[in-house]
Amino acid sequence: MNPAENSEVVNFPGARRPDRRYSVDAAGLEISVVEWGDREHSPMLFAHGGFDFAETLNVFAPLLAAEGWRVVSWDHRGHGNSAWADLYSWEADLRDAASVLETLGPAPLPMVGHSKGGALSLQLAEAFPHRFTHLVNLDGMPSRRSMPDVAEHERTKMLAKELEAWLDHRRRVSDKVRRPGTLDELATRRGLMNTRLSHEWLRYLVTVGGRRDADGWRWRIDPTLRMGGFGPWRPEWSMMRLPGLSMPFMAVLGLELEVMGWGTRPGDVTPYLPSGARFEQLEGIGHFMHIEQPELIRDMVVDFVGNPT
Amino acid sequence: MRSASSDQTSDGAVTWLRHGRIDLALHRVGGGTGRPLLMLHGLAERTPEDLPPWAVSWPGPVWGLDFTGHGRSSLSRGGGYTAEMLLGDADAALEYLGEATLIGRGLGGYIALLLAGARASRVHGSIVCDGPGIAGGGIQPGSPFVVIPRFGRGATPDPFALVELARDVRPPDYVLNYVRFAFESSPAADPVVVSATVRPEWLAAVAAEPGVVEVSRSDALTMFAAESP
Repeated sequence: MNPAENSEVVNFPGARRPDRRYSVDAAGLEISVVEWGDREHSPMLFAHGGFDFAETLNVFAPLLAAEGWRVVSWDHRGHGNSAWADLYSWEADLRDAASVLETLGPAPLPMVGHSKGGALSLQLAEAFPHRFTHLVNLDGMPSRRSMPDVAEHERTKMLAKELEAWLDHRRRVSDKVRRPGTLDELATRRGLMNTRLSHEWLRYLVTVGGRRDADGWRWRIDPTLRMGGFGPWRPEWSMMRLPGLSMPFMAVLGLELEVMGWGTRPGDVTPYLPSGARFEQLEGIGHFMHIEQPELIRDMVVDFVGNPT
Repeated sequence: MRSASSDQTSDGAVTWLRHGRIDLALHRVGGGTGRPLLMLHGLAERTPEDLPPWAVSWPGPVWGLDFTGHGRSSLSRGGGYTAEMLLGDADAALEYLGEATLIGRGLGGYIALLLAGARASRVHGSIVCDGPGIAGGGIQPGSPFVVIPRFGRGATPDPFALVELARDVRPPDYVLNYVRFAFESSPAADPVVVSATVRPEWLAAVAAEPGVVEVSRSDALTMFAAESP
């Protein structure tokens, strides 16, 4: 939906909507791409996290644009303004990301990824090491946190229940629609996942990440998407990509645990860091660090990647 | 029973099931009464038009499902295929058919095993047979690369399905969870049968699990048919 169709405008201090938006055809699926900053400036690519969307960067990206960068981001399939897909997978997300990267020309560029976008950028950097000058990972390093107080047999039962719940979800998903609500209701719901972010920010996000229907506001994210799930994937597969990275790498970990974070602790990261990597551990800051402390993260990124060429 | 629409074709009955945004073709290829046998095809295959000779002795109805991106089922724009989504396809068929015995070739055998664990109380035995896609993508990911198929797009078998499902990772410990779920809750006495000759690592692990039966396809069908209803 064109953002101009939203008739209820909410402002947030420092927030600026993208300067440009366009679509990329990612092997048959329309992916929405946005940019902040002068179109002639050097690009910096940013990958958002799961259940977020590119316009969650409306404060952070303008700060980087003010430093001389052309910040480019995209909505993952089914998120934000990108098309809803028939199927979703990690491989498909990677292909979508590569399709966006391909439009930015052959020159290598810095990339920043948050959460799922951070893990995605690790794989993208391993597949296309020649395309990146620097890689910054914001709380996107998965870990396998154990549950020492749960017996093995009970864990098996838990997985069985997760399986059934996921299949039950798939059985109901054909006609699923997102629940409508007021701006405040949607902001409050999102607050359950974004526990450290202000209600005012979440209200603002509704107006840039939602659409206003006759019966109320709805998030634009595909209603068939579901948090959690199951499958063979395991976190160490992402971490094993770290030691082999060839470009300068900075990992940033928020030490305040949050429901949307992956519970990763410094000890989970250190053994995998590539030689010369920079590792920042932020006391008192949570998973959405670039939203919670945008100036601090801007300073870290700018210091790490240097000036745009 | 799941809502479904049916149409008749010259070569048999097709029931259309909806899974998410995908229309799935569920073919009835054999008659009979009693517990259904659900056939799951291999990678890039489709449900056979006629009842296979090896299935003639099955006393109940025989059905075959075209997975997403295969046969007469619709395909996914921009790919996104995973074994777990195909598990959802097979679950849609199971919901329609009720308790059933599953037999799968290659990729379909892997999905049959997953469904036997995931819906254990409703799957009366699963048989894994040789066929395309039996290996999957190994037990852990390889070097990442991005492939955008150029040929054959827009038709089944969807080339995105071929690319993505050929790389589907199958760690043995992950697969064994499903085997154990099947043992816990299946109505079948021996719910997991390996009839395949080829044994990629995931299937070798399954075959080595105590309680898993290794017999021929025909013996397995006879065994499950005898456990009625």
